[in-house]
Amino acid sequence: MTQAVRARLIGGLIPSLAIVTALLIGGVIIWASGPRIDGPWFGIWFVVEAYQALIEGAFGSRAATIDTVLRMVPYVFTGLAVMVGFRGGMFNIGAEGQLAVGALASAWVGFTVTSLPLVIHLPLVLLTGCLAGAIWGGIAGLLKARTGAHEVITTIMLNYVGGQLAAYLLNGVLRDRSPLNVIAQTPKVAETARLPDLVPGLHSGVILVIGVAVLVWFVLWKTTTGFELRMVGINPDAASYAGVNVVRRMTWAMGVSGMLAGLAGAVQVAGVNYRSTLGFNVGYGFDSIAIALLGRNTVSGVVLSSILFAALRTGATKLQFRTQISTDIISVIQALVLLMIAADQIIRWIYRIGPAQTEADPVAASTAPVADSESGR
Amino acid sequence: MTVGGGSVLGIPPSSEGYVLEARGLTKRYGSVIANKEVQFGVRRGEIVALLGENGAGKTTLMNMLFGMTAPDAGSVLIDGGPVRLQSPRDALALGIGMVHQHFMLVPPFTVAENIALGVEPSRRGILDLSDLEAQITALGRRFGIDIDPRALVKDLSVGQQQRVEIIKALYRGARVLILDEPTAVLTPQEADDLFKVLRGLAHEGTGIVFISHKLREVLDVAHRIVVMRRGAVAGEVLPRDATPESLASLMVGRDVLLRVEKAPSVPGNPVIVVRELVVNDDRRVRAVDGVSLSVRTGEIVGVAGVQGNGQTELVEAITGLRATQSGSLHLGERDLTRATVRERTDAGLAHIPEDRQRHGLVLPFTVAQNMILNRYYRLPFSRWMVMQAKAMRDQARDLVGRFDVRPANPEARVGSLSGGNKQKVIIARELSRDVRALVASQPTRGVDVGSVVFIHGALIAARDAGAAVLLVSAELDELLAVSDRILVMFRGRIVGEVEAATATREEIGLLMAGGVGRVIVPATN
Repeated sequence: MTQAVRARLIGGLIPSLAIVTALLIGGVIIWASGPRIDGPWFGIWFVVEAYQALIEGAFGSRAATIDTVLRMVPYVFTGLAVMVGFRGGMFNIGAEGQLAVGALASAWVGFTVTSLPLVIHLPLVLLTGCLAGAIWGGIAGLLKARTGAHEVITTIMLNYVGGQLAAYLLNGVLRDRSPLNVIAQTPKVAETARLPDLVPGLHSGVILVIGVAVLVWFVLWKTTTGFELRMVGINPDAASYAGVNVVRRMTWAMGVSGMLAGLAGAVQVAGVNYRSTLGFNVGYGFDSIAIALLGRNTVSGVVLSSILFAALRTGATKLQFRTQISTDIISVIQALVLLMIAADQIIRWIYRIGPAQTEADPVAASTAPVADSESGR
Repeated sequence: MTVGGGSVLGIPPSSEGYVLEARGLTKRYGSVIANKEVQFGVRRGEIVALLGENGAGKTTLMNMLFGMTAPDAGSVLIDGGPVRLQSPRDALALGIGMVHQHFMLVPPFTVAENIALGVEPSRRGILDLSDLEAQITALGRRFGIDIDPRALVKDLSVGQQQRVEIIKALYRGARVLILDEPTAVLTPQEADDLFKVLRGLAHEGTGIVFISHKLREVLDVAHRIVVMRRGAVAGEVLPRDATPESLASLMVGRDVLLRVEKAPSVPGNPVIVVRELVVNDDRRVRAVDGVSLSVRTGEIVGVAGVQGNGQTELVEAITGLRATQSGSLHLGERDLTRATVRERTDAGLAHIPEDRQRHGLVLPFTVAQNMILNRYYRLPFSRWMVMQAKAMRDQARDLVGRFDVRPANPEARVGSLSGGNKQKVIIARELSRDVRALVASQPTRGVDVGSVVFIHGALIAARDAGAAVLLVSAELDELLAVSDRILVMFRGRIVGEVEAATATREEIGLLMAGGVGRVIVPATN
């Protein structure tokens, strides 16, 4: 057991060290792009000031905290989506497109249907988003199952298709025809299609996201479906030996992955935007890959990583306001975190941590399709 | 016992003349002592076999000698002088070469390119392999290793790839060659060829350390045998003074019965019935070409053959991992020709797969999870699709005890177990349910002596409990000891059948090579 405990500790250690190291390097960049005033203490003070602004911007007030939580919600949904794919041996790069079609479909049901009560209409809106995302992800899964087309390629291409489809529909049949509207967006959804506020400014999708996270955890680690999925993800040969229909399970993984990403889009529509707008909610799908990796493809890891990413994004504005450092520094820090997670040798080398025990390391196995094309079949 | 290089044998064991020597090497991993004050050495032109069960510390010792691990105490000496090996690079520079069990080759590269890797010869910055190719051919001629430097590694057989590894070490100036279980991946014929090469190398003055747990080949090829047990040297013997039994008891630390004890078989009705089966391999070439066979309850039918004559495809077709082109498979009365793997499992077909890491186990999963790998969906392991952790744990605790899996920890990751214990996990899983038929493919490959005895006993116990057992193995001794009848496969067909009790190795060997043998048709079939 001590071995398992140690593996788990090291498992959490590396992402933590990656974050700390990324923030330190980020500090150097902030120092370098700050004003030139002599004296070493000023530089250090400046960096501390910048990060203090970042934290205040993310959690310094009630409004700031609500903002952070609102950003966290789509991160958790899409992070879980990518994680489910990974666990099933599928590298879903298509959360971006799945989120877009999910938002589109749920907005459509949200503004065209007007005569239903909230208890029916709202679930319908959310489920439509799920279904659209599941279809979008499922296409990639089916293509893989039927033709062997690699899901990385197909999901990237489906991102473009999804984006163009959104542009076409939002400029066409789904466009808000009111004379005041000048941009590509749907009309606002009906009141019955909106997530009620938990507290003013914070929609109840937060509750939903917690529920979905627990559900994903339960399905993956407590049910036969999850057992099969993880078996397929780690060793598809052993899974077929054990009588699992590997192809069906991989397709399922992509479908569920797309479903979660689609739900992210639906919740943004029902809780934040109340409509689908071209160019809104962009980037969550791609950030979610980093979130799943940083979270080592565990539910708790995804939630923690989502909080971090949301806080960085929210706090960036205050950082820029107070120090004149561009908010792009956040992208730099995120990129550094991802770089050091992907190449964890860097962290192991800097902090003198022993080599990975790949066999005892669930993430090494679950990210295998990234590094090892053989197991990505 | 035949022994080569006789002059070496006259010298009593002492550190005199060692090229490479371990003096008092000790290595601890946490509370486990992997090596305890190990004394070991190899002379010029000497083949030393390092014999021991899995987990006896052979690999740890070799890793220290090759600079991959640093010892906690003791020293490594080369030509009598102590050296500090910080990395394999240091070891290579000092003339120590190693051939790993899993080859370190780049398959799409040529032989010469593989050998050049890391020491690429260049002319004004441009890679130039022509001299190297000539050198490889010359080295090959000198040591009797026939290899084409321009062949692509992926086109070579496993035995040939191993020779590339050997040449690679020699090219880098190895005076001592360490081979980690070199025969584990070879057919008997390839192993014989390897021994010829090793004898040639020794004759030319190379010192050879040969790690193995196969008694017969150790007795065949070694000049001196060092036996390790529990991290320490348990004894050192000369082949002429040793028997397989004496070596086995040195390895295990108690007397081992190498001969398999079994009652004559009492066969009943046919259970596995294969008719005119045709199966293609991955390249869509016909690998099984109209095989018919039947295995009755209470008998073990062995399948002999040089590897690659369709045995793997036959097993995969019977167990449902590979589609059949034509022909049929019945389990008793039931037609399973088109059945899924799960239907076959549920019908009582058990399978010990040839490649246990690839097919038989999910390495990052725990022992307990692997014990239910093909039963997780049934009561009591799941209820309404929810896994029942307690039922899984209880069953694992029971099986770990009954099948002597070590460590006896159901929560241990299977990947951390030794080869023999990994195999025991598979056998425990497959034999602990209602089994009508068992297909076992290479069940003792890469497994230590103690586990071999255990696995053979388990196969016979399954037979005596009424199962029909089909045993495919590359080890003739195993087939002769365990089976009741032996079928011989050659080029996808069954070319002969012999009674195990009366058959000889020569007779089967002839059939394996495609010769014509006598065919005994059993009275009841």
